[in-house]
Amino acid sequence: MNFSESFLTALDSLQSNKLRSALTMLGVIIGVAAVIALLSIGNGVTASITDEIESIGTNLITVSTDRENSGGYNALSLSDLEVLGDPLSSNAIEDVAAASSGAQNVVYGSESLNLTVSGVTESFFPINNMTDLLAGDLIYEPDVETGARVAVIGSTVASDLFGAEFPIGESIKVNGVSYEVVGVLTESGQGFGGNPDETVYIPLTTAQQRLYPDRTRSGERAVSTIYVQAASEDLAEQATEDITAILREQHGITYNDEDDFTIISQTDLLATFDVISTTLTLFLGAVAGISLLVGGIGIMNIMLVSVTERTREIGIRKAIGALRRDILTQFLLESVVLSLVGGFAGIILGWIISVVAGGYLDVTSIIDASTVTLAVGFAAGVGLIFGIYPAWRASSLRPIEALRYE
Amino acid sequence: MSHLMELSNITKSYEMGTQIVHALRGVNLTIDEGEYVSIMGPSGSGKSTLMNIIGCLDIPTDGIYKLDGIDLSHMSDDEQARIRNQRIGFVFQQFNLLPRTTALKQVSLPLMYAGLSRKEREERAAAALTRVGLGDRLDHKPDELSGGQQQRVAIARALVVEPNIILADEPTGALDTKTGEELMDIFNELNEQGITIIMITHEAEVAEHARRQIMIRDGVIVEDSRSTLENIPDMELVPA
Ligand SMILES: Nc1ncnc2c1ncn2[C@@H]1O[C@H](COP(=O)(O)OP(=O)(O)O)[C@@H](O)[C@H]1O
Ligand SMILES: [Mg+2]
Repeated sequence: MNFSESFLTALDSLQSNKLRSALTMLGVIIGVAAVIALLSIGNGVTASITDEIESIGTNLITVSTDRENSGGYNALSLSDLEVLGDPLSSNAIEDVAAASSGAQNVVYGSESLNLTVSGVTESFFPINNMTDLLAGDLIYEPDVETGARVAVIGSTVASDLFGAEFPIGESIKVNGVSYEVVGVLTESGQGFGGNPDETVYIPLTTAQQRLYPDRTRSGERAVSTIYVQAASEDLAEQATEDITAILREQHGITYNDEDDFTIISQTDLLATFDVISTTLTLFLGAVAGISLLVGGIGIMNIMLVSVTERTREIGIRKAIGALRRDILTQFLLESVVLSLVGGFAGIILGWIISVVAGGYLDVTSIIDASTVTLAVGFAAGVGLIFGIYPAWRASSLRPIEALRYE
Repeated sequence: MSHLMELSNITKSYEMGTQIVHALRGVNLTIDEGEYVSIMGPSGSGKSTLMNIIGCLDIPTDGIYKLDGIDLSHMSDDEQARIRNQRIGFVFQQFNLLPRTTALKQVSLPLMYAGLSRKEREERAAAALTRVGLGDRLDHKPDELSGGQQQRVAIARALVVEPNIILADEPTGALDTKTGEELMDIFNELNEQGITIIMITHEAEVAEHARRQIMIRDGVIVEDSRSTLENIPDMELVPA
């Protein structure tokens, strides 16, 4: 019997047992669709979080006081900032900024809100990718030098305090002192280290004078955070080492004492996130694996349920002259056709589900070749094994044993 | 002289747990080309077991079975399948048709395994079905046919390959007397054309159609009418 005869026989058999064929295919479809939908949404979620982190910039490094080792004092000062920002100190450092933050009462007209108020140096905005404005201007060097009473506000602050009013040029009161609103930032949505949309920014010097008068152990005006932009992603590690060396020297820390500051680089964050996303992918993979297993068990059941009838069929075919090879080829082709058609339908169904669900979850689902290969490969594998195994067993029986099978 | 079939001391035992069932306990039998043999005997005496061995559907536990002088135990499974396909037609008591398959396809199947083209097999299958009186039922599936019609499909399937042996295991067992008689006419006709027929039955009227009667009991042949027949070749048989 040649291949095309075997193929036609397989198709014949599939279409004369429509219910059995449909049920088997359903198992494949469910397994494949579930895996594709789950994994592609999972991949989409992972990619969108990674994107968000990377948009902050992986070469951003933040330095803050380690209070356990600083004797309760704020360890960082503007002179630290100056040294770190000196091009001669480190070629791995591109730019530096400082900030001091706290919660303050902010009033405009009859509105009164408790908000984060951050005193910042002018380079805070470019370093944090926050240079986009809805209106007005940022805080610039002269504002910081003169200790100007100006404020740049986040978009949520603007709408909460001013409603439909235009904020630029208006005056808000922070802790009883008036500031002129000079700029409104665009919505940022970044959620790391406080929400910029809900923050009021004023010049660092102004903040130090009026809101945050803390001093370091040596009596200098303190800052709560120093932001360092590494010259490149590759130099981020170098920059971290340089910062440590420079600050230890600045603070007069001897070799056997601990740092009185903490350095967090975006690379650390990414590494942490990598662990989370790997866990997420593994979890989704496990869920997908379970759905494949369930689909696989469905395929297996329907194949095994029909084994009695099919064993007798094999007995009849052998009695009238089918070779073992003919039987195996027929059953193999039946399983291949079911797996392929079911697999294809599963891909389409899974794709539709992932697009629809992705729409609800506000995630762009990502279907990649490995997901499809995994899903179809597994379902086809299960279909083949349970499609062929009973046939393999039955075809090795003597014809009369197969005919008598109950 | 060489016989078509030669069975020497054939035994068949089945192991049922700790118990061993001896279905055949040493059968010696020769059958020649063109014979029409009936095998009778009480239920459980080993008739079907014997027929399955003759038809290469099963293998004996012991003993030698030669078909055309060739020892079957030296043949591979595939060679035995070839013999079943090209030389032997089977008719079973339970019809053994494929479910949900049209008569035409059922009857073409042996020809497909023989490697004939689709066109040729369908022509020959249609001719075989016409020959058993089902020329107008080609597209009917088993559940759309009566018992007698299903058995005719089975007979058509057995003779479509133009075998020289037809083995029938109680072919009329599941049918009423009239339908049974009609089937017997077909078998008589086939034998007249030179096909060797071996038929198991427990009905004396059915056995009458054969020219040679064999009686089997407890796995051994206890009576064979051939000894008498050989001496009086032209004698018409009368029921015992
Ligand atoms: N597959 C089998 N397993 C166990 N015992 C069997 C099997 N087939 C037949 N037998 C036993 O062998 C004996 C002969 O069976 P069989 O040839 O079918 O008898 P008959 O056809 O004359 O009624 C019976 O006792 C039966 O129970
Ligand atoms: Mg029997």
